[in-house]
Amino acid sequence: MTAPCVTAHQSSPEQVPLDASSTAEQMVDVQNLKVHFRSPGRFVQAVNGVDLTLAKGEVLTILGESGSGKSVTLRALMRLLPERRTQIHGHIKVAGQDVLAMSRRELSRYRGFTTSMIFQEPMLAFDPVFRIGDQIAETVCRHEGVSHREGLARALELFELVRIPSAKRRLSNYPHELSGGMSQRAMIALALSCRPRLLLADEPTTALDATVQIQILLLLRELQRELGMSVIFVTHDMGVANEISDRIAVMYAGRVVETGSVDEIIRAPRHPYTVGLMQSRASGELKGERLSAIPGSPPDMAFPPQGCAFAPRCSLATDECQQEVPPAKVLGQQHWAACWKL
Amino acid sequence: MNAERISAHASMPSKQPLDRRDRGGQAQPLLSVRSLRKHFVIKKDFFGRPVSQVHAVDGVDFDVLKGETLGIVGESGCGKSTTARLLMQLLKPDAGEVIFDGDPVGKPGGLSLREMRRQVQMVFQNSYASLNPRMSVEESIAFGPQVHGLGKKEANARARKLLDQVGLLPNQFASRYPHELSGGQRQRINIARALALEPRLLILDEAVSALDKSVEAQVLNLLVDLKQEYGLTYLFISHDLNVVRYISDRVMVMYLGRVAEMGESESLYNAPAHPYTRALMSAMPSMDPDNRTQTAPLVGDPPNPIDLPPGCRFCPRCSMAVDKCSVQEPELASLNDQQVGSRQHQSACWRAADVQALAATPISEEVLS
Repeated sequence: MTAPCVTAHQSSPEQVPLDASSTAEQMVDVQNLKVHFRSPGRFVQAVNGVDLTLAKGEVLTILGESGSGKSVTLRALMRLLPERRTQIHGHIKVAGQDVLAMSRRELSRYRGFTTSMIFQEPMLAFDPVFRIGDQIAETVCRHEGVSHREGLARALELFELVRIPSAKRRLSNYPHELSGGMSQRAMIALALSCRPRLLLADEPTTALDATVQIQILLLLRELQRELGMSVIFVTHDMGVANEISDRIAVMYAGRVVETGSVDEIIRAPRHPYTVGLMQSRASGELKGERLSAIPGSPPDMAFPPQGCAFAPRCSLATDECQQEVPPAKVLGQQHWAACWKL
Repeated sequence: MNAERISAHASMPSKQPLDRRDRGGQAQPLLSVRSLRKHFVIKKDFFGRPVSQVHAVDGVDFDVLKGETLGIVGESGCGKSTTARLLMQLLKPDAGEVIFDGDPVGKPGGLSLREMRRQVQMVFQNSYASLNPRMSVEESIAFGPQVHGLGKKEANARARKLLDQVGLLPNQFASRYPHELSGGQRQRINIARALALEPRLLILDEAVSALDKSVEAQVLNLLVDLKQEYGLTYLFISHDLNVVRYISDRVMVMYLGRVAEMGESESLYNAPAHPYTRALMSAMPSMDPDNRTQTAPLVGDPPNPIDLPPGCRFCPRCSMAVDKCSVQEPELASLNDQQVGSRQHQSACWRAADVQALAATPISEEVLS
């Protein structure tokens, strides 16, 4: 059972999504997701009603500042949040499966096979005392029930897939022996080890140097096309979002405030927050001029504002904005924004 | 436009309160660094001689002119932060000379370390780690002036004035502690604290890198305002080329402990004369959905600064390298003769002219639009 798996992967990686069981067109369907954290003396409403959809083979970027709830949304999709202290409401469907209703066993199958995730700090994703190759092989053995030797062969394939030079030698390296870009590649290899159909990427290039970042972005773009994966990519950098995505969802204070194709968001943003983000970018042309910064700072999600969360920083805000959360307003086929002033 | 700005500064100091400390006049650089070197020994042999060492900063020369902003860019490990720390003597340099307004620092007859640190202050990237969690904001800002002999009352008054100037209401913020502030607010406190000693040079080591984009713009605006108001000189270290271009009059590009290129920022961004600078620029993510980056300009990671290649340090990653590059290390040399003094465009590349000719193809436009 296992050998064909490996060869199928070698010969035609594009077949991978086809042999999947689900027939639903949508890969991800998130409805009214709310994530609240409870700890002694503190109640943080990190995510407050997020709706997201992702088609098969699509790349969606969630763009937002720290504290906007973008990483929490992503972790909720994997159910990685600490269960005791977290309340999750809403519906999360990935490849037709209800993620929130999964048992532990279903969940461990779901993680890896259907969905896997890469993180900002690749060094923390690996155990420092085991060789990289063994760690990837272990994952493959555990999920696919193959021998360690076959797992290692698979690891080698994966290393070649993510274009690690002298892959064979690198398999026997320990995590600390790899440079930043290399260990990020190794983590991508680990994430792809069970051929997931959905890849979640939580700021995977933020800690990297610019010249390495662009290599990783190009690699992810290539792999996504080659393997036909759906990808949700989280970042705070508009340039990165532009490079990688088909569609962008802008998050602010636990809600998606605007979504649209890359073109629509980068060229014609409509929500005042997105517009402000675009205008506050420092660049050479603005030299000597003042940047049009957004005043204030993002709200503390332990005490979220009553109406539109952006209203206190918004130049267009009126009483209406302070009172009630604006509904999504459709602006185009894929483009919508949640603002009273549109 | 740059020239205007510099000349504006040149005429300004007469009005500046800090002018009395100006010794050499406008023509003398505020800070001159000569063959600064720092190697970290990681392994010694039986006799205590270094076997392998990190060449963090390996012979760096530059001047910071009065009233300008000098940007330093480069990847991690290129020595930009080590340079800043060496200037402040937070690390002891192995060799080299730091001259502050004509006075050698820490030399007999020169400027004492204490006096230098009063005139040069630094703001770090991690706004939280650089504040004492047990001191209120006001105490933190007033601490430096008190150490340097100001009375408590005056120091507190100065702290409140500075709080107001960095855009935080003194009544609301003076008694707060660092954990009660957001990242942007904390970085404002750090800037206020650095200014409390009335420095002439402010070293900003990735000072806006950890901030959210919407807050980053506020802090950049603040830095520009404060510079005007106090007639400051900035050394602005960052890995973000857009920000550096926005704020800097001149830019220095570092690679593996050496200066690769240095010049007026417009000249450097429009016509980079070192293949590394060019690569850095084309590695910036594009902001044009129709014109995404197709190929990565460099392969692999920056090499570690332990085993340096012979010849030019960038040679193994350079697409334009010729035989000479792997044999002889190029020195920083001027490109054209029109510009004089410290404002000239310099590059440490054997093929600088060829690289600049390539720049005629508009990479800067596609990247920086």
